[in-house]
Amino acid sequence: MKTAPISIQRGGGDTPDRTESFEVPYSEGMSVLDALIWIRNNADPSLAFRYSCINANACKECVLKVDGKTDYACTARLDEQGVTIGPLTNKTLIRDLVVDTLPPKERLDSLGR
Amino acid sequence: MTEEPIHLETDVLVVGAGGAGMYAAIAAARNGANVLLLDKSLIGRGGATIMAQMTVAVAVGEQTPDHWTHHLADTLNAGRGLCDEELAAILCREGPERIREMDEWRVGWTREDGHMKQVMAPGHEIPRCVFVDFLNTGPAVAKTLRTRVARTDGITKISNLSVTDLVVEDGRVRGAVALDLNGGRAVTIAAGAVVLAAGGLTRLYQRNSASVNMGGESYALALRAGADLIDMEFVQFFPIGHLAPRLVGMDPIMWDPFRYKLGGRLLNGNQEEFIEKYGASDSGTYTAPRDVTSYAIFKEVEAGRASPNGGAYLSFTHLDEATLREAFGPVINRLACNGIDLTKRPIEVAPIAHYHMGGIRVTPEMATTVPGLYASGEAVGGANGANRLSGNAITEALVFGERAGHFAAQAATNKVWNSSWADDAVGDIETMAPDSGNAPTFGELFGELQNLMWQKVGLLRTGEKLEQALSRIREMQAQDLPRMRPQNKGPFALGVQEWFDLRAALATAETIALTALNRTESRGAHQREDLPDTEESQTHNQCVRLSGGTLTLESVPVRRTEFEKVALGATE
Ligand SMILES: Cc1cc2nc3c(=O)[nH]c(=O)nc-3n(C[C@H](O)[C@H](O)[C@H](O)COP(=O)(O)OP(=O)(O)OC[C@H]3O[C@@H](n4cnc5c(N)ncnc54)[C@H](O)[C@@H]3O)c2cc1C
Ligand code: FES
Repeated sequence: MKTAPISIQRGGGDTPDRTESFEVPYSEGMSVLDALIWIRNNADPSLAFRYSCINANACKECVLKVDGKTDYACTARLDEQGVTIGPLTNKTLIRDLVVDTLPPKERLDSLGR
Repeated sequence: MTEEPIHLETDVLVVGAGGAGMYAAIAAARNGANVLLLDKSLIGRGGATIMAQMTVAVAVGEQTPDHWTHHLADTLNAGRGLCDEELAAILCREGPERIREMDEWRVGWTREDGHMKQVMAPGHEIPRCVFVDFLNTGPAVAKTLRTRVARTDGITKISNLSVTDLVVEDGRVRGAVALDLNGGRAVTIAAGAVVLAAGGLTRLYQRNSASVNMGGESYALALRAGADLIDMEFVQFFPIGHLAPRLVGMDPIMWDPFRYKLGGRLLNGNQEEFIEKYGASDSGTYTAPRDVTSYAIFKEVEAGRASPNGGAYLSFTHLDEATLREAFGPVINRLACNGIDLTKRPIEVAPIAHYHMGGIRVTPEMATTVPGLYASGEAVGGANGANRLSGNAITEALVFGERAGHFAAQAATNKVWNSSWADDAVGDIETMAPDSGNAPTFGELFGELQNLMWQKVGLLRTGEKLEQALSRIREMQAQDLPRMRPQNKGPFALGVQEWFDLRAALATAETIALTALNRTESRGAHQREDLPDTEESQTHNQCVRLSGGTLTLESVPVRRTEFEKVALGATE
């Protein structure tokens, strides 16, 4: 089976900053999001990332850095060379690939309680 | 327990912020209530509404003369005798009002010669479906409602707050308990009334058009609160979901508009047309009902006449590039990015789980059987009977959303809250099972459930398969779920959320398998290979509820309503 190497910058929460690598089964046309979902389901269920619509590119939740460039995980394509994935750098890190992208008026802590 | 949960209070709590939830929030606020609108994902982004790319059925009669009674007749016809006719009538009668209100809010329905353009869709007698070009209906609806919610006083929004349980005390819903994903902690909410608008369940099936948030939570929350569900056996399979080649960044059901605009030939693995063999006519005109098309593709696959990836071919190779571009402009570029050239080779399609006809049983006021608890949108069952007419789901979300918000606001009582009522549900969030070693993971269990539902509770069912599925689902509930354990805790520890996802998925799956087993006939989306005929004697609805930890079933007569198709004026 063909695989592709995926490097992920992780950290936040109660975990140290680190880069981890995973070999993910590769099939033609697969997306970076497909690879992340595979890792969560098969290699490391503690990996955190945001996504919702998977195929439609409608929710815009899956935005992150692919090889240093801001991109959607669901539309960024993978090739056998693999990629390095990291969180957006201009927002507060919550965990792994998840940063605080909530609009200001949709936050629990904006209620001032 | 580590710390006191955060506590919130509201007149009306709306769970889920898709089309139905956002409309409910607006309507409740218009009726004087303070509203708390929550979504597990982001407000207006997490569910089906934003993903819908096609059309909305509504008798506005702008293209050709129409009347809501004609829309109703088509809806009942598609529903195979099982529609709750009062709910269906409300959907059709109030649809125009909601669509025009959305128009005032500048959703941008596509126009032609100064009127809303309305197109034909399967199962409709006349061109009745409005839309937003190109393939932008759902995103436009979601954006319009988001803006409207933001401009309505009295609505507080919170994203990434996922309701795990409703609190019912003294015979009335009192509020809810939720998981704050970003903070990784429990939140309690006291409410005068609650609207459940957490969407559908198609994620339970291996092949689906779902987002990650469509795992049957509406139904599981309602069940646990003691409410009745209805018609749970009727899951709609969309016949021509995208199968191959891999298509990223587009809605898997996008071939529908291609077919209604451009025809497109549906062929089996031997390049033969086949729909006619199953009693429907099609040949490029795209009028075969969805359930017949799904059934026909499955049968061809079973007979060994599948396309290479296990579906059917959909071919547009008889069209030239200019025709394609004229009809779908920018979409053709997006297809090119995916390496798809429709003039050169056919794509492959197959049925995928797409919508749920069944759901929470409600009155015409959208009240469930639990006082103070309302429901709306795809969470509601009944209006579409055994099979949904295409384009009715968004209309349903808007119409039922408006009603649920409106009636919930009127019914909201004073908030009564006692924190001990929430202890169990808060405890579920804060004390996850200890590591028992070798515990199954969410990925394994959820994957198994999706496979089981697809193979045994999917489009072609038998009593034997349903019994096998039911017993495995029950075993997973009793043995696997209690052992599953999240890998981490705290902010954005998805494992905690997934434990609740699995609990809801199993509870909902059990109701589908049980009602499907008990419906000993074939009708609409429920096809039993061992019982292929439709039985007149089973023209009733099945209700299911949880009592004392087990599901009980009840057959109820279909709610009928008197109506006559109003004569349409001569073509203007
Ligand atoms: C790909 C696709 C295309 C479609 N195309 C069409 C079409 O062209 N025409 C048509 O009429 N219909 C279409 N449908 C169906 C239609 O879109 C849906 O039935 C309708 O949008 C449902 O609206 P809703 O508000 O009830 O649910 P959703 O829009 O699904 O919203 C439910 C919300 O609840 C949230 N939620 C879930 N669980 C919880 C929880 N526990 N706590 C808090 N929040 C929660 C979700 O995150 C989500 O945001 C389509 C569906 C899909 C999937
Ligand atoms: S997952 Fe929705 S846009 Fe990427």
